[in-house]
Formats: sequence, structure tokens, C-alpha cells
Amino acid sequence: MTEKTVIPFQGTPEQEAQLKEVIAKHHDQPGGLMPTLQEAQGIYGYLPIEVQKMIADGLGVSLSEVFGVATFYSQFSLTPKGKHRISVCLGTACYVKGSDKILEAVEAKLGIKSGECTADGMFSIDSCRCVGACGLAPVMLVDEDVYGKLKPDQVAKILDSYK
Amino acid sequence: MTIASYAVGAHQGYVYVRAEYPVAVHRLQIALDQAREYGLLGKNILGKGHDFDIEIRLGAGAFVCGEETALLTSIEGNRGEPRPRPPFPAVKGLFGKPTLLNNVETYANIAQIIRKGAAWYSAMGTEKSKGTKVFALGGKITNVGLVEIPMGTTLREIIEEIGGGIPEGKAFKAAQTGGPSGGCIPAQHIDTPIDYESLAALGSMMGSGGLIVMDEDNCMVDVSKFYLNFTVDESCGKCTPCRVGTRKLLQLLEKITDGKGEMEDLEKIQDLATHMKSSSLCALGQSAPNPVLSTLQYFGDEYLAHIKDKKCPAGVCKNLLQYEIVADKCKGCTLCARNCPAGAITGTVKNPHVIDTDKCIKCGVCMSNCKFGAIIKK
Amino acid sequence: MEMIHLKINGIPVEVPAGSTVLEAAKAANVDIPTLCYLKDVNCIGACRICVVEITGARGLVAACTHPAAEGMEVFTNTPKVRKSRKTTLELLLSNHKKKCLSCVRANNCELQKLSVAYGADEDRFMPEEMNKPIDDSSPFLVRDNNKCIQCMRCVAACKNVQSVSVIGNIRRGFNVHVGSAFDAPLASTACVGCGQCIVSCPVGALTEKSSEKKVWDAIADPEKKVIFFTAPSIRATLGEEFGNPVGTNVEGKMVAAIRRLGPDQVFNMDVTADLTIVEEANELIERITTGGTLPMFTSCCPGWVKFCEHFYPDFLPHLSSCKSPQQMFGAVLKSYYAQKNNIDPKNLFVVSVIPCTAKKFEVTREEQREGDFDDVDVALTTRELGRMIREAGIDFNSLPDEQFDDPFETASGAGAIFGATGGVMEAALRTAAVKLDGKCEPLEFTEVRGTKGIKEATYTVGGVTVKVAVASGLANAREIVEGIIKGEKDYQFVEIMACPGGCINGGGQPVQSDSVRNFVDLKTLRAKALYDADSSMKLRMSHESPVMDMLYKEFFEKPGAHKAHEYLHTTYVPRGKYQD
Repeated sequence: MTEKTVIPFQGTPEQEAQLKEVIAKHHDQPGGLMPTLQEAQGIYGYLPIEVQKMIADGLGVSLSEVFGVATFYSQFSLTPKGKHRISVCLGTACYVKGSDKILEAVEAKLGIKSGECTADGMFSIDSCRCVGACGLAPVMLVDEDVYGKLKPDQVAKILDSYK
Repeated sequence: MTIASYAVGAHQGYVYVRAEYPVAVHRLQIALDQAREYGLLGKNILGKGHDFDIEIRLGAGAFVCGEETALLTSIEGNRGEPRPRPPFPAVKGLFGKPTLLNNVETYANIAQIIRKGAAWYSAMGTEKSKGTKVFALGGKITNVGLVEIPMGTTLREIIEEIGGGIPEGKAFKAAQTGGPSGGCIPAQHIDTPIDYESLAALGSMMGSGGLIVMDEDNCMVDVSKFYLNFTVDESCGKCTPCRVGTRKLLQLLEKITDGKGEMEDLEKIQDLATHMKSSSLCALGQSAPNPVLSTLQYFGDEYLAHIKDKKCPAGVCKNLLQYEIVADKCKGCTLCARNCPAGAITGTVKNPHVIDTDKCIKCGVCMSNCKFGAIIKK
Repeated sequence: MEMIHLKINGIPVEVPAGSTVLEAAKAANVDIPTLCYLKDVNCIGACRICVVEITGARGLVAACTHPAAEGMEVFTNTPKVRKSRKTTLELLLSNHKKKCLSCVRANNCELQKLSVAYGADEDRFMPEEMNKPIDDSSPFLVRDNNKCIQCMRCVAACKNVQSVSVIGNIRRGFNVHVGSAFDAPLASTACVGCGQCIVSCPVGALTEKSSEKKVWDAIADPEKKVIFFTAPSIRATLGEEFGNPVGTNVEGKMVAAIRRLGPDQVFNMDVTADLTIVEEANELIERITTGGTLPMFTSCCPGWVKFCEHFYPDFLPHLSSCKSPQQMFGAVLKSYYAQKNNIDPKNLFVVSVIPCTAKKFEVTREEQREGDFDDVDVALTTRELGRMIREAGIDFNSLPDEQFDDPFETASGAGAIFGATGGVMEAALRTAAVKLDGKCEPLEFTEVRGTKGIKEATYTVGGVTVKVAVASGLANAREIVEGIIKGEKDYQFVEIMACPGGCINGGGQPVQSDSVRNFVDLKTLRAKALYDADSSMKLRMSHESPVMDMLYKEFFEKPGAHKAHEYLHTTYVPRGKYQD
């Protein structure tokens, strides 16, 4: 399955300078590739080939190794995320309380599926496995905001509040 | 961790935290900074000549990294794939060095045990499972949250007293312990004491302490399918039994919940389960069949209903459901027909309506609209 | 050396401490089947085929990774073990592309062999057709992930043995697959075409890009004059395609078999190995005496040349400007030979038989063309030749011994040993010694022989000190280059072979089954055939060959002359790590 970034890379010189700093910081750290990728995604929002090449060259590892690590972990994204990142928890406690219906409601409202981004770049949907707020099941995150004890018909109003 | 490092002569520690817990990471960073300020971490701790410091390493969304060798491989900057044991981490672990690896909960107990004494700790719990355990109580239960209980507390106490019982007066069906690696405890074993041995004897496990309560509206075949969906997603893909076995197990369960199950599917499930338990490289693959085996053991009738009768007794599996209008309760108000997105309901005003099961997409809108309780799921 | 004692299926055995259960079993003459284990390349315990029962152990354990211990009791064939292996095979088969009849690894496939042995039912677990894309973008090889069993041997070879690392594992779980970063086609990466991944693959997921059809078509074309010539190491390995023991010299039958395929001529590439030595020894002496770029590196290995172009483009001036023996032969045929025999070069169809997949790229090099046509039209691997011989219904083992055709038949022993690591170095040193010293005694340079990854030696010849290094396997090549860059190493002449052990272990050579290559030293046995051939020949030094006299007198004038440079020398292309 090919991961192709449709949106062209729009990295700025400031971001590149930040990335170079991150690479230098982790260059001699044992196992530094993981924190480098995590911080790089913090800078750019995702990990396109341009960023992965800089990391590969900077840390002295092959691009295929960097790509192998980037595609193993769910948190790393090869495609850009939306301005607002929605994450619906599908962990056991939330699932048993119907979080799959919450996810369906979000997908229906935005017209995209989990893992995708809306065409206007405003929203992207992901699912995650347990954020540790099982007392609030079912849980949905929008950026840093946590919404708990959700019902599917509450979804539309919550999403509209971000427009 | 500092005490443990002193005991084994280590000078570097790591805490591996899931990235899904940013609040925990933030607080941990504060705690580490404070510990360094107080001289409890760093060089010559408390003037005793022992050096030790701790680094935080974040996970990146891989359940398999909870397996000890996968966790070490992840800290080393690689894909989180487990490694064969032996050699065990205590001999050859992180970066090839002898490594002590434990859960946060285990280390957290150390200080209390040293301060209050081993006898104090052993006084709690059972013969073989000492002390307390923290559980994440969730699902169909009135009080959800984290509970810390002495080992040996019965499931009944947890559900009825601490948990406040099942909401809406529903009947308790099963409690899943140990998450996707565990099994379920059915109603007939509600008086089981919760400790390592009793759970294992029932075909489940303690695991990370999840305790999910299920009621009569949960379909146990669907529950095991949910867990398999998770393990399929989280399998690292290195060894054959897990990489392919989890997918095949899931496909078999989907076959059953789609109404296409055959009796020999149960035989295949049993064979796959035995194979994965004996031959997988790590505990993820070895325990992936547990939810299926456990639900088969205690809820075999439910599986047979799905396979032989093509019915889902709990009313969950969509393909096995039929929505039906009870003629003598139907007032012919046409509300259901007007709201049906598939145009599957026909009928004239004031006359009983009928659902065309071929057109019905089982969305349930008709049932939630009917003010007369005339529509049922069977 | 501490020895430990254990029992395999009740058989007592004594092995050195540190051995694995797999090795201990072999010592007890018990074969445990494996799939993902490849000695010195890959030992990860992933496939779970080699599982065994050990008294006291929980579940089944993988024999390839499990250390043997004092007093251990191992059982390799219990019903539980056999059932587990059978189920593992059935799981692998459930999403494996089962087109065994048309697969080039039919009858030489580890998965097929085991599945037949265990009676695995390929339809037991809801078989699926995966329809994964096939990568045939590069001139060297084709990757079909629908046949991949995720053993990771190819990735280990590329990353650890070759230090090229253009393939790796992507994603996880059932969607895991091997490929290049961003699933880019292999042709867009710095793949050097060494083919070590192909010979590491236990199944048909990796195969060379086939040129057989082109060759059959040319043979059938009455307009074409088809010329075959064979690399030095083919004589030592082709026999394995027909069940001969490893290291059997089948030169006579090889020529006879090729002749029966129908080409017009069958020539001996050892001839241009000699020619390469004459040119290269001349170039080396010139660089040493006139202060040219040193150390000089050999350039006959196209995998090494491409590696240098991608990873160390600044180092290219160090490479000898000589073409490889294959390319020299093509140039000689399409110029000297065509002119002498009044053949229009465009009607010459030149086929090399080589142990190599990188040479499939070498034949396309633009810098090496003669006007409108390539020096060589097709580079055919040993395996492809084996398939053509089988397809033609030729009974290889009952063929008489035949000889190469004139005028390119006679060559020296120095040319023959090109196929082994250290062979090119030794051949060059023999001729250089005679040029500088008037003699070469002894003829054998044993310090550069053997399968060690890096070999170093210092020789004084005619008052000139020549410090040499020989490396095979690209990770070793990298070590030497890095050492020179850091100023830690000082040589005058370096031989590099991309494939560990040299061409006799090339990416185009016959693939032996795991039960052989995990326990038999193929490199040494195959190389021995070449060194034995050398020591039994009359001519031992390249420059002594009468064919050299003929070529220089009639066409090239002298080594390093303008005409020699025009046809027999080349330039190189700096390439980046990423081909966008």
C-alpha cells in the first residue's frame, strides 16, 4: 500500500532549523531515532519524505530504517493532519459504552473516514486505544479537549464549535 | 527505581510511557526535576556514593511495546518487535546490558514495603498473591474508575459493593479481566476471589488490571471479535502464528457473526488457538486467543446459536438481526415508514405496517422512533 | 573451550558452550527444519518452523535462537511439534501466491519442500489472494511480495552484510511487507544490484529479471550471430544446477551444453579477465611511478562500482578506469572481432553468462556503449543458463567435455581465479611482478586467498612496496573506504568484490537449499575448484596468453595505448543516495 502525500511539502526554514537542532540533540543518544521522530512530528505535524531524509542523513541511518520505524507506530503520520485533530477512543471500556457509534457519527458529520483529513484541512479523524479516562467512557478528544460520557447526537454540536 | 538501581548496581534508568498520556508525562517530568533538585537523582545520591538518573522515553502507539523485549527494542530506536528469550533481559537487555525491567506499579510498591516492612505487605492479600492491586473498573457498571483492593477480594464485592451494581437493572453476564490478553469470568463464578492463581484457573489473567463488566445486552461472540480486531491491529507481524493466526481467527469470528459460520469453524478456532498459544514468539500472540477460548468455554451456547440458528441472542450482531413490527401493537401512525432511510417499511394509515427484511439495513431508526414499542429486534 | 552435554531425542551429544539447540541437533545428526534462519546472516526466531520441545520449558521454543545448556533434553519430532510446524506452514500458505508450476524456485523452494514433507493443506485457513504490487522496476531483480514469507533474510543481507540498506520492513501486523522507503520502486533507490537478497530468499519472492526470452529469440533469428561467453566462476557452480556436488568443475560440459542451445560461438571470458589484468597492472604501475591517485581500486565488480557511485562519489578517481572483463569482451567482439570477420556489429548478439545480477545493469551503462550499440546485449545468470538447458531438454550430466571456440579459448590460470575473493589481486600481482621484477616466484599469493572478509598484505616487487587489501561483502568495502578517508589505512591497491567470498557466491549463482548452506562452506568449496584449475594449467599469468599477443598486435597496439583506452576503459557516474 503506497502512502502518497497529496499535499505538497510546505516546510519553512524556521522549521528546518528547529529540526536540525532536534537531530543534533539526539545524535549521540542511544536509541535517539524515536525521540527525533516524535519531536519532528511535533514541528511539522507529520513526517513527509523530506523530513525523513533530513533525519536519515542527520542521524546517519538509512532512509528505509527511518521509514520502517515511522510506519510501525500508530502515532506517526505520513500525511498531514487537520487543523483540529479528532481522536475517538476505541479502548475496551469506551467500546463497551458504544464509542464505535461515536466514531460513526463523527465520520458521518465530516464525510471522511478515520485516518483521513477533510478537504479544507480543518479536521482529521483518528482512533486510539485507551487514553486512560475510562471513568468518562465513551471518550473523544479534539486537540487537547476531552469530551466524556458522549452520546452520538452530541457530536455535531461539538464539532461545529470548532469552525 | 532508585532503590532497585542501588540493589543491582545500575546507574541509568528509563521510564517508558505511552504517548497517549501527555498529562502523566508532564507530571513525571516535574517529579524527576524535583527529585534531582532534592538530590534524590543524579550523582552521589544522599551522599551514599551511588549515581543514578532516569530518562523518560515515550511510546508511539504500539500495544506490543508493553512486552518487555519489544519495549527494550523500542527504546533502542527500532520497530517494537519482541526478541527471543533466552537470553533474558536480566542477562542481556537494553543495549545488550543486563537490565531490570518492571511495571510502574511494582516499583511503586517498593518504598512502602521497605518503610512498613514485608510482614505488613504480606498481611494483605492471599497466600500466593500478596498485597493490593489496582483495577480499572469499567463497562456496564454504575461506579467507573480506578479501585485499589486487597488481593482476594471477590468479584461480587467489586461489582455490587464497590461498583454499585449494573445500571438499569440489567443482569450481570461476565467480567473481562486482563484486557485483550485475558478471559471472562461468567456469572456463575461471581464469587471468585480476585488473585493471580484464581484468575488463571478460570482461563483468564490479571494482566494490566482492566476489569470490564458486561451485561445481558453484550454478545460474547462480538466481544471476542472486538478483542481480536485489537490484536490484529497491534500484532507486530514478526512471527507467523500471530501475524497470520490473529487475522485468521478474526476472519472466522466475522464469518460467525455474519451468519455464515459452520461447525468446523469452531474446530479451526480451537486449532489456531492451541497453535498460537504454544508457538508464538511473545505473549501478545500467545494470549491473543484467550478471549475467544474463554468465551467459547463459558458461552458456547451463544456461539452455537450464531452458527446453527443464525441468531444473536443478545441482539447485537447486525447481520443476524431482524427488525419486526408486532402487528397487534402497531397503531399505523406511519412514523417509522416516514423515517426509514431504506424505504423498507410499507403500510397504510391506521393499519399495521410491515418491514421488508431484504431492504432493511438494520439501522434501528424505526425502533427508536416508535412510541408504542411495536418494533422488536430478534 | 568449555563443552556442554545434552540430549537430542535421547541421543547424547557434546557441543561447545554457546552453541544453539539447532547446532547441537546437527552435531547429533538430527536435522531440524528452518525457514528464517540463515547462518551468519539472519537468526531472529520469527518463522517458528524450527520449534522443538524442551523438558521444563513453557510452550515450544525456536531451536535456532535457543542456547543449548548442560543437561538439556530436546525433542524435535513429537506430535505436538509436528502439528505446530504443519499449522505454521498452513498459515504461510493461506496468503502465499501458489503458482508453483510457473515459479522459478519450483523444486528449489524451502516452503514447498517443507509443505510437502508435512502434508500441509494449503486451503485449510481461508486462502486469500493478496494482489500486492510487484516491483520489476530495476534491471536486476523482481520482487513479488505475494510470495514473501517475512523471513527477513533479504533485509538482513542488504543491511548487515552489504551495508546498503535500501529495503526494510514497512508497517506492522498482517500488513507488514518488505520494500523500500515510501514503497518507492527499487530502481529509484541506491540499490547496487548485488543480488545478495535474491540468494538469501528461501522462496520465489525475489528472482533476477529474466533475459531468457531475448536470448531464445536471438538464437532463433537467422540474421543474428549469437555469441556466448562464460565468466570464470560459472565452471565451478553450473554443475550444482544439475545435482553435482558443490565445487565440481564442469567446464567441458558447460561448453557442450551452451553449444547445444544453438549459438554461433562459445567463448571463454577468462580471456578478457587476462586482458583486464594486462591493462590494470599497467595502470597500477603507472599510478605508482608517476604519482597518480592511490590507492587504486579494482573496477571489475559492477556492484562495487555502483556502490562507490552512490555512497562515495568523491572516491571515483580511485577506481581503475578499466572496464570489467564482461564489458571488455563485448567491446572486443563488436570492434576487433566484427571487423576481422566482416560482420556488421548490429547483427552480433552478445550474451555473457555471469554469476551476477549487477551486470544486468552494467550492460545498460551509457558510458560503455560503442557508438550505437551496447558492448554486451544480455547478461545471463548461472541460474538462467541452468533453466535454458533444462528447457532445451539437454541431459547435462551425460554430455561429453567440449572446448571453447577459437580464437577466444586459451586463457591463463590467473584469469580463472577471478571468481574468488583475492583472485583479481593475485592475478594482477603476478603480472605486475613480472613487469617490475622480470619474474614472479612463487606464483601463489596465499595471503590474499581465503574467505575472510578483509585481507591485508604487503609485497615488495622489483623494489616497489605494494600494500594491498582485499575485501568481499560491501560492509567490509565500506570499512576499508572509511579507514582510508579517516587516514587510518594506507594501501596502494585494493580489490573489492561486492559479494561475500567473491563471484563464486554472487547474486546470480545457484541457490543451495538451507540444509546445505547452513552447514557447508560453499564459498571455500566453490573457490577451490578455481584454484585447482589454476594450479593445473600450463599458463599461470595473464600476460603470457597468446590471445593477448594477438589482440595487441592486431588491434590495441599496447596496454594503455589510445585505442586500448577508447574501447577498454571507461568513466563513472557520481550518483546520490536518493534517485529522485
